[in-house]
Amino acid sequence: MSPESVGCACATETLQADAVLDRFPEARREHLIPILQAVQDEFGYLSQANMLAIGRRLNLPVSKVYGVATFYNQFRFQPRGRVHCQVCRGTACHVKGSATVLEAIRQALKIDPGQTSRDGQFSLEVVACIGACGLAPVVTMNGEFHASVTPDSVRKLVQQYAKDTQNGNGK
Amino acid sequence: MQIEVNNRMIEARPGEMLLTALRRAHVNVPTLCNLEHLTPTGACRLCVVEVEGQRNLVPSCAFPVQEGMKVRTHSPRAVGARKTIVELLLANHPDDCLYCVRNNNCTLQSLAAELGVRERRFRAERSNTYHADTSSASIVRDPSKCILCGKCVRVCEEVQGVAAIDFIHRGSRTHVGTAFDQGLNVSSCINCGQCIMVCPTSALREQSAIKEVLDALRNPDRFVVVQHAPAVSVTLAEEFGLRPGADVDGCLTAALRRLGFRRVFDTSFSADLTIMEEASELVRRLRTGGRLPMLTSCSPGWIKYVEEFHPDFVPNLSTCKSPQQMLGALIKSFFAQREGLDPAKIYSVAIMPCTAKKFEAGRPELGRDGRPDVDAVLTTRELARIFRLRGIDPTRVVPESADHPFGERTTAGKLFGATGGVMEAALRTAHHLLTGRELEELKVKPVRGLEGVKEARVRINGVELGVAVASGLANAGRLLGEVRAGRADLQFIEVMTCPGGCIAGGGQPLGADRDAVRARMRALYQIDRDEPVRVSHRNEAVRRLYDEFLDEPLSEASHRLLHTHYHAREVIR
Repeated sequence: MSPESVGCACATETLQADAVLDRFPEARREHLIPILQAVQDEFGYLSQANMLAIGRRLNLPVSKVYGVATFYNQFRFQPRGRVHCQVCRGTACHVKGSATVLEAIRQALKIDPGQTSRDGQFSLEVVACIGACGLAPVVTMNGEFHASVTPDSVRKLVQQYAKDTQNGNGK
Repeated sequence: MQIEVNNRMIEARPGEMLLTALRRAHVNVPTLCNLEHLTPTGACRLCVVEVEGQRNLVPSCAFPVQEGMKVRTHSPRAVGARKTIVELLLANHPDDCLYCVRNNNCTLQSLAAELGVRERRFRAERSNTYHADTSSASIVRDPSKCILCGKCVRVCEEVQGVAAIDFIHRGSRTHVGTAFDQGLNVSSCINCGQCIMVCPTSALREQSAIKEVLDALRNPDRFVVVQHAPAVSVTLAEEFGLRPGADVDGCLTAALRRLGFRRVFDTSFSADLTIMEEASELVRRLRTGGRLPMLTSCSPGWIKYVEEFHPDFVPNLSTCKSPQQMLGALIKSFFAQREGLDPAKIYSVAIMPCTAKKFEAGRPELGRDGRPDVDAVLTTRELARIFRLRGIDPTRVVPESADHPFGERTTAGKLFGATGGVMEAALRTAHHLLTGRELEELKVKPVRGLEGVKEARVRINGVELGVAVASGLANAGRLLGEVRAGRADLQFIEVMTCPGGCIAGGGQPLGADRDAVRARMRALYQIDRDEPVRVSHRNEAVRRLYDEFLDEPLSEASHRLLHTHYHAREVIR
């Protein structure tokens, strides 16, 4: 599959990643993680083309770049969906049943954490704690907090966001 | 200095790790992750011992010796810890030893036996199911068998300078994989198989061609011929219980005939032929101002490494095909004509010490008319498996000689099996080409031995030639770096992918240490010392081949059959 055929902007993104990399003159291998973070900040995820560009710039085998990036939960390897859903799996949320909430969302979206649905509608991320323990269990949709959710309520929430973004008013 | 181990004093050298001292004193402490000559990682913890004054067990591989230290290597606590570690490793290791290619030759299995593991105490649920990666022509990776010791990762990066694989993910999801978890075939893997040589389990193994070869041998419509590489006859016997360094050349030929091969050829013959072509090419480059230093081209891992990592040196590569491919081309041309055979009916098998040869045989530029010149490559290990399957012990058959017209060799061709051998053989013939006389001392001592990089200066006709020999691609890469930076005193560089050369190739019997490799090397040099014909240009069969078919080295026919060109290669790296 060529990048064009999946509507991927890898080629132009590499040019932009170079711009991000230029912010790290004389970067060496110990700068790998800050660079990965900067590139992800810029594009929302780490594309293969960008990881290759990072490897070349740091003179690091791309297997190493990928190995380090996959070690940390913070890095994504697929672009975010139009709706980015974060599920808190911190201690308080766990006690209040976030495991079943996550399972309900996984089934509703048919994707695993770290993935993006094929139509680009939803992406799912598990976070350790988002500092809203009083609202547990909590999920966020595009940064908007939803408190005391249940498997039923998140299913409805997902449907609501699906409808909203289809109507063009995704938040 | 002296340290006390198990109430006995042993010798230790300041600065060394405890494990090194223990090994020297033949105190057997097991390890799964330790690699000679590489920095210890202390990952597997099997080498833990009790050191007086230390609260915890210490990993002896990463613990420096200290004056007056007292060590207990097999205290109940140390042994108990080791047993638990093995039991935990087994907790998510598949229980399919009977069906495993490494059955009876597996470090994990023998440790479980030695430590008396008799029941499954822990059962882990694998959070991931892994599929074997069979995409490579040379190597199969099966992460479900992997115990994450990391030896393959370190060999690939530190010894070969390739780093095709690394640890991916974290915690229970950790596995060894390529960049982006793609197949090995699109990675920067150069197929050398050194990862297989260090793998304690069957997480890494060769892509087997046993079935294809047995099928061909059963097929009455196929004319099945075989060639065996110089380094195979000095290692095969180890698979049948002989000490490293036993040469079974003639027995190997006889045993291959018993398997049903119609002709048994010796790749050392085409190694002599390679020398004729390569030495002539070197002389031509020297005389006509061609691209120097010339780099040898018989090691297929090295070729792919140059294509991927140093494409600016592709023009420096000798255009000579490897001995395997030269012989493959001749079998399906000269030999087929001579015997009146349809080349399409010939099934050409090569026994190689090498996994990269499997990839090489499938390279499109090395076949003709859409057919590969070599149809299947078996490693030394696979051949041993076939012999066992067919009840043949190749150490106990009456030796026979290889078949005409590709059965005659000189000791120079045989030397291809060790690092420095191609250089030595080429210098002997190049000297003769340039001066019409033989080298006074045929033995070129500075290029012998197991060092990673060896250099020599040879005077031919008053001209000094600078030559270098590297084995292990990290060494070769450093040497290329020097040349790129302007070093100009080298005219000819031999590179073998595997440290030590083909005698330590990725297809050789497992479990060989440096001493075993040294013994294999000695066997090759013994042959060179004992036999009368020691220069490739005195190989009568090679001379006849030029008279009858090829005309002369670098002729039009030679170029068509024995030479090729390589190109820069794009991979994920």
